[in-house]
Amino acid sequence: MAGLELLSDQGYRLDGRKSTELRKIQARMGVFDQADGSAYLEQGRTIALAVVYGPHDVRGSRAKIQHDRAVINCQYSMATFSTAERKRRPHGDRKSTEMSLHLKETFEAAILTHLYPRSQIDIYVKILQSDGGNYSACVNAATLAVIDAGIPMRDYVCACTVGFVDDTPLADMNHAEESGGGTNLALALLPRGGQIALLQMDARLHQDHLDTLMEAAMTACKGVSKVLDEVVRQHLQETVILTGE
Amino acid sequence: MLKYKTFVKKTRSGGILKVVREHYLRDDIWCGSEVCVECKDETPVLEKDPCMESNLCTFPHYLIPDTNVVLHQIDVLEDRLIRNVIILQTVLQEVRHRSAPVYKRIKDAIHTKEKNFYTFTNEHHRETFIEREPGESANDRNDRAIRVAVQWYSKHIPDSANIKVVLLTNDRLNKEKAEQAGLIAYKCEEYIKSLIANPELIDQLALTSDDKNEITSSKILFPEHLPLSQIQAGIKSGKYIQGTFRANRDNYLEGNVFVQGEGDESTEILLQGLQQLNRAVHQDVVAVELLPRKDWVAPSAVVLQDDGPKAEDDEQEEEEEKKLQMKQVAQQALKPTGRVVGIIKRNWRPYCGMLSVSLIKQATRHLFTPADRRIPKIRIETRRADSLAGQRIMVAIDGWPKNSRYPNGHFMKSLGSAGDRETETEVLLLEHDVPHLPFSQNVLSFLPKMPWTITDDVMKNRVDLRHLCVCSVDPPGCTDIDDALHCRDLENGNLEVGVHIADVSHFIRPGNALDQEAANRGTTVYLCGMRIDMVPELLSSNLCSLRSDVERLAFSCIWEMNHNAEILNTRFTKSVINSKASLTYAEAQMRIDDTSMNDDITKSLRGLNKLAKILKAGRIEKGALTLSSPEVRFHMDSETHDPIDLQTKQLMETNSMVEEFMLLANISVAQKIYDEFSECALLRKHPSPPSSNYDILHKAAKAKNLVIHTESAKELADSLNDAEIDGFPYFNTLLRILTTRCMMQAVYFCSGLDSDFRHYGLATPIYTHFTSPIRRYSDIIVHRLLAVAIGADSTYPTLMDKHKQAALCNNLNYRHKMAQYAQRSSVAFHTQLFFKNRGILNEEGFILFVRKNAIIILIPKFGLEGTVFFENKNKPSPKMVFNEEIPTLTVEGHTFNMFDCVRVTISLDASNIQHQKIRMALLEPVIPGVSVPPPDSEPEAKKMKLDR
Repeated sequence: MAGLELLSDQGYRLDGRKSTELRKIQARMGVFDQADGSAYLEQGRTIALAVVYGPHDVRGSRAKIQHDRAVINCQYSMATFSTAERKRRPHGDRKSTEMSLHLKETFEAAILTHLYPRSQIDIYVKILQSDGGNYSACVNAATLAVIDAGIPMRDYVCACTVGFVDDTPLADMNHAEESGGGTNLALALLPRGGQIALLQMDARLHQDHLDTLMEAAMTACKGVSKVLDEVVRQHLQETVILTGE
Repeated sequence: MLKYKTFVKKTRSGGILKVVREHYLRDDIWCGSEVCVECKDETPVLEKDPCMESNLCTFPHYLIPDTNVVLHQIDVLEDRLIRNVIILQTVLQEVRHRSAPVYKRIKDAIHTKEKNFYTFTNEHHRETFIEREPGESANDRNDRAIRVAVQWYSKHIPDSANIKVVLLTNDRLNKEKAEQAGLIAYKCEEYIKSLIANPELIDQLALTSDDKNEITSSKILFPEHLPLSQIQAGIKSGKYIQGTFRANRDNYLEGNVFVQGEGDESTEILLQGLQQLNRAVHQDVVAVELLPRKDWVAPSAVVLQDDGPKAEDDEQEEEEEKKLQMKQVAQQALKPTGRVVGIIKRNWRPYCGMLSVSLIKQATRHLFTPADRRIPKIRIETRRADSLAGQRIMVAIDGWPKNSRYPNGHFMKSLGSAGDRETETEVLLLEHDVPHLPFSQNVLSFLPKMPWTITDDVMKNRVDLRHLCVCSVDPPGCTDIDDALHCRDLENGNLEVGVHIADVSHFIRPGNALDQEAANRGTTVYLCGMRIDMVPELLSSNLCSLRSDVERLAFSCIWEMNHNAEILNTRFTKSVINSKASLTYAEAQMRIDDTSMNDDITKSLRGLNKLAKILKAGRIEKGALTLSSPEVRFHMDSETHDPIDLQTKQLMETNSMVEEFMLLANISVAQKIYDEFSECALLRKHPSPPSSNYDILHKAAKAKNLVIHTESAKELADSLNDAEIDGFPYFNTLLRILTTRCMMQAVYFCSGLDSDFRHYGLATPIYTHFTSPIRRYSDIIVHRLLAVAIGADSTYPTLMDKHKQAALCNNLNYRHKMAQYAQRSSVAFHTQLFFKNRGILNEEGFILFVRKNAIIILIPKFGLEGTVFFENKNKPSPKMVFNEEIPTLTVEGHTFNMFDCVRVTISLDASNIQHQKIRMALLEPVIPGVSVPPPDSEPEAKKMKLDR
């Protein structure tokens, strides 16, 4: 009986959502003036800030230059005050490095890098508050920032995590649910074509359940994409009014 | 589609932690009532005409209990009468937090459709959620949340429906506040008392602390228990010791605290006297303080029984008396003595027993005497003492205030009149902790839907063996057939032998309620004339049972053997079979012996029988033991189910035929799953007994001038075979019975956590249980492991977790042990019934053991064991000399040896209705003053009575 009851008999989760429901997503684009693109995104109580610079000339070592496409440079960090206990190192630890790498892979798959040969695009993401699903919040925020920067992408990249409790997939897990120690599947999807940009899973899961879990993750990502689309349109409308065209 | 409001709670406890929590409030949580038109609930739970007739509430109403009512009055809430109850989420969460057993019971009630219990998720409802106010305690906030929910309900349910909601709370403040808000609130007690339909329900009410003031004199009898925080600090500093309290069976003023030390070290602390025991009840976890060495006492050998309510002074006197007695005890007999300072955890359970009706007429308070003598008497309140007298009842303890001599409890239910067959069965099931309640709706919901057919989906990963000539051989009247066999000639001259086991794991999927229930039950319990199933009957007697002429799913183990019964090839597969015949052992034997029969089944049986004999010989060659225990079968009267005759079990060749192949299958499977999963295979081992266990056997054999070698199983088996005495054919059986008593218990274990796998009795290096999944849960796990090993089924995390598996093994071992005890008690009870009907009997028996003051006698005819005592309280004891070496007992010049033949009278002693027992008295050899004259003179026989 120990531990939390993640899914009640009535089908409600700890925070009152049903199994397929996402957390509330709120976002703003263009929050910084000096960056080429930026976005602020809240996914429940997980808050992420993303800024994009570029495309610009490759900085640092010239060895990095790719002659057929742009180089994408990602850096992920967490604010010291973002977690329950204060973090000592905001970035550079093993987890952050891994996350940076994942983000890089995700956006290499989504951005039309071949349009900008011999150049570099920088994506910096910071978690201001962490309540589960850090990766997905980062991806979603970065997508908005990339769009804000006007860099062409194949599609929105939408990410969402899915857990698995009592044979039921739980969409968009929060911190309490993640710390339960069960399966955690993170999916970054290009929703229109249904291509997968990144797929990652922790803990063991039986193969038989993978299909249902993927299904749930896809649905969740498509839900996220709708929200992001809304945000982009809203932002465009606002800018159009402001610029008076 | 749903509106929600988000807010964040950030708290800093100790300035370190930042807690971020989200709480969504919803509009789509329905009230669950049939009368409601607003809510779009598809299957409302609460009825539109709730009918519970009550003097207080003359209108139709729904009940909302608060947390304490659910926690303490769960017995009442579980009653059939109480229906249409709304359980708030706040309440459910608090209950979950505070008591796991109650939480399970209330959840079962919610799952039971007829009870119309509805869970209202008030914490996530937009209109019923409240935030904790500054300065408000968590409990107050929850109380307020409950009131808000009640208020919401009373507004929400349309006036036209004329249904009201009633809050049940025992908290005075809460009730007042609710009434101020215009709600209907009653104390649980008031409400239950007002119910018209069933006045008996009052007795099931638990006594709450509010009532205690009137129960006893205000005189404080016991020292106060320390609060938990102080106990914990004391244990840390070494001032107090934590341990499990075990009451003494024979002396109610004495008990032991068992302290689990590190490793195998464990000590016991003696407690003596009511003050020192300080309200500890058997099995409680307590904190004790050691007394200074000068106050240490020795355990008394006195038998003391609590004879019911006396004046308190009386008790004190008795104690004084005993203290005096202690003074004379030798210094070295003194034991560490302590006193209980606090209770860490109560381990109260419902107790079976009988009511000792108060001497005062019309009294409502009575004492209850539990069947287990280690449990103190319990004071309960009932108006039905007259009807409950002479009945077996169940009582739960509610509390033990410091000013009360006895704990207070409440009546739970009546099991029926004492001595009754059904009642006594119920009692022995309860006392042996055998889960025997009907399966809950939740569990039954996982059964396959009838009519059930084999679909193509099921046939995936399965071999079709329907064409094979398979048959089953079982005892007569068996409905849960879990094994079937076949044997046929192959073209290459070899034989193909198949053992087909019911595929229970196909129906019981891991992790669901059905699986959990089966895992908890662990085994089917067979009592005389009844069976307590591990899985619901639909599975045990129908879908899984390999009956003849129906298609059934099976798990098959198929060997290719040559005619010398050497295994050339082993194959495991899930299959579909169609058994051609369900035979009994006798029928199968007849077919084998009848040379005129030559059909496929008979041929198959003959082939099996031939191979089995070779296998058995091989096994015995390796040193497998053939042990014996006196087993009896009752012939039951088909109408009354009373035993009318006793018969010792008969063994036929076919018994051993089936057994041989089951053993072979078990061993093959054990090897297979161990090869595949060396860390988490569930196996069964039988440790070899320490040599000291055999002492009694050596002595016994020596007395008859025989030598028994016990160095290895093989030597033991051989010397047992050679041990024969001319003119005493039963001697060998007696010796085997004695050997059985020397053995250790066979246990289940997880291969990753143990290194010794040997099965001593069967003389095999590895063993498991595979062949009876209908009646043993261990077999289901083995099936699952094997299915994964051959790729027929998928695995799941708990199956591969060796620690979870070890925990499961512990439960299975416990359940098996309890099932055995229950079985023995059931046989003992039926033996009593049998002798009750027969009156006094004279029988011949053998002395099995010789004790200091008694001999233990086995009567082969009934498989009955009994004790003849030579001491008597009311008479001067005869002169007795006990020789431990041989061992012999000499009484008044006559020497009793082991295995001596004696004649005894057998009668039933019903003087204590709670503990009836078989009494034996010596007839022959005649010893003046000790043996009794031949019967027809009952009073004489009673002289032998000993108050034990």
